[in-house]
Amino acid sequence: MKKYIDQGKKDTRSGFGAGLAAVGKANENVVALCADLVGSLKMDEFIANNPERFFQMGITEANMMSVAAGMTIGGKIPFTGTFANFSTGRVYDQIRQSIAYSDKNVKICASHAGLTLGEDGATHQILEDIGLMKMLPGMVVINPCDYNQTKAATEAIADYVGPVYLRFGRPKVANFTPVDQKFEIGKAIQLTEGTDVTILATGHLVWEALKAAEALEAKGISAEIINIHTIKPLDKNAILTSVAKTGCVVTAEEHNHLGGLGESVARVLAQNTPTPQEFVATNDTFGESGTPEQLMKKYGLDDTAIINAVEKVITRK
Amino acid sequence: MPTQQLQDQVIQVRRDILRMVHKVNSGHPGGSLGCAEFLVCLYKEVMKHDTNFKMDGFNEDLFFLSNGHISPVYYSVLARNGYFPVSELSTFRLLNTRLQGHPTTHEGLDGVRIASGSLGQGMSVAIGAALTKKLNGEDTTVYSLHGDGELQEGQIWEAAMYAAGNKVDNYIATVDYNKKQIDGATDDVLPLGDLKAKFEAFGWDVLDVKEGNNIDTILKALTEAKSRTGKGKPVCILLHTEMGNGVDFMMNTHAWHGKAPNDEQLANALAQNPETLGDY
Repeated sequence: MKKYIDQGKKDTRSGFGAGLAAVGKANENVVALCADLVGSLKMDEFIANNPERFFQMGITEANMMSVAAGMTIGGKIPFTGTFANFSTGRVYDQIRQSIAYSDKNVKICASHAGLTLGEDGATHQILEDIGLMKMLPGMVVINPCDYNQTKAATEAIADYVGPVYLRFGRPKVANFTPVDQKFEIGKAIQLTEGTDVTILATGHLVWEALKAAEALEAKGISAEIINIHTIKPLDKNAILTSVAKTGCVVTAEEHNHLGGLGESVARVLAQNTPTPQEFVATNDTFGESGTPEQLMKKYGLDDTAIINAVEKVITRK
Repeated sequence: MPTQQLQDQVIQVRRDILRMVHKVNSGHPGGSLGCAEFLVCLYKEVMKHDTNFKMDGFNEDLFFLSNGHISPVYYSVLARNGYFPVSELSTFRLLNTRLQGHPTTHEGLDGVRIASGSLGQGMSVAIGAALTKKLNGEDTTVYSLHGDGELQEGQIWEAAMYAAGNKVDNYIATVDYNKKQIDGATDDVLPLGDLKAKFEAFGWDVLDVKEGNNIDTILKALTEAKSRTGKGKPVCILLHTEMGNGVDFMMNTHAWHGKAPNDEQLANALAQNPETLGDY
């Protein structure tokens, strides 16, 4: 099985900050807006390089989303920055009407998604944002897995015309994807080849899946891991090709099982080739305070949970 | 254009509004009629705009309708300014129309740059467009129109604070100040208080304009407002209007906010506004 090496733990939000700085240099139409969370979103480099193209909005998230929509008129490419909760649930109607329905080229960049926000607790730990965003017609939904991939995704969405939701996180996690790997929206990346089970993971759960695969290999179970960095549009071909070989699926995500990646995958399978599937996701619950590691363990979002799900799904083949 | 010609435009726009909402027995005639004079003046006399529509609107003045429910007057004025054929007004609210119940960019209707209908978003959108114009080095103006009831939305005040705090001074927001909303008088539903003092407290330059259905008054107010742009403050026109203006039984009541006239009422209303430029 192909092995991946952690190049040194980094936060995905810093990958966003680096990517934003890069697109700021490459494209003078890129503008950035932030609702009083510049440090958390790692926007400092962009601001230092392009002060005239940065807009401090204050704590006006609803205003920020609609201002971003307006800024596209005249050719700007706005990147909005705030926490995932305030990037989605708080401003759903602004995104729906001013951005998605109005076909505006806005990039909604959302940090601190999911349980790994940690100690701040459930008010800030949104586990519903993928569902909210994927339901909007025309919205692209991306959840990269590490620093390198988040940087690459940030650069890729600047070149894509249309609304995008880019979701990333707070903690430092393994950075293992190649530094120069091209990011193709909607094109899943196969990380390991396997024959017994397909593991479709997104975001922070991709590294957990890799850890799980090593343990599974020791038990004689061959897992094929696919990094689903784009939840919408979903790479159906990659999923169906793998499932044709393995015959069962585990999906893994830092999100509610309602509305997340797992449900999108289930729909593809139900329509094409009904397949046993297990869901590693939160079980229709809010989070709570704790360290990221404690929370991921308690809510069943770690390598152990993936191993258990694999062992279960294989028996259902 | 002489005042009489503008008045002819207004009367034709009124006829368009009445016939559009009557045909589909739905839509919002009251607020539409109250803003006919304002929108005719804005599009015919004030804005520098290109009817060869391009979404980016480079080097044009831009207008955003935030209270999207008054789409009938918006569509009529756009059509009568050459953005699309006036004959298309007959498709208002019908299946497969570009003239959706509330304005949208989604159907490719020239003249519309943002969807509106869910209230309170248009001021922020207009501010965004104004910021882009500044970045692009343009000496143009962005206009928006809002219902007074719409000002009950919290986002309006986020936007108002932002615009003043960041000197968005290439922007003129007009409030359709008819003091009525769906459920009744704004004073009964949720009092707006002293709007002039509120906008001034937020840092805006405010023009309080009585007789907001008088063409000469509107033109003077818009000229004055334009002269106040570029001076470090966003500009607000509180335009005192009459809901249902030009149709006697639709005035002095909120009843026609979202109700269409029946056949008899339509005939009565049209008789009060004889055809000027030709019906669609």
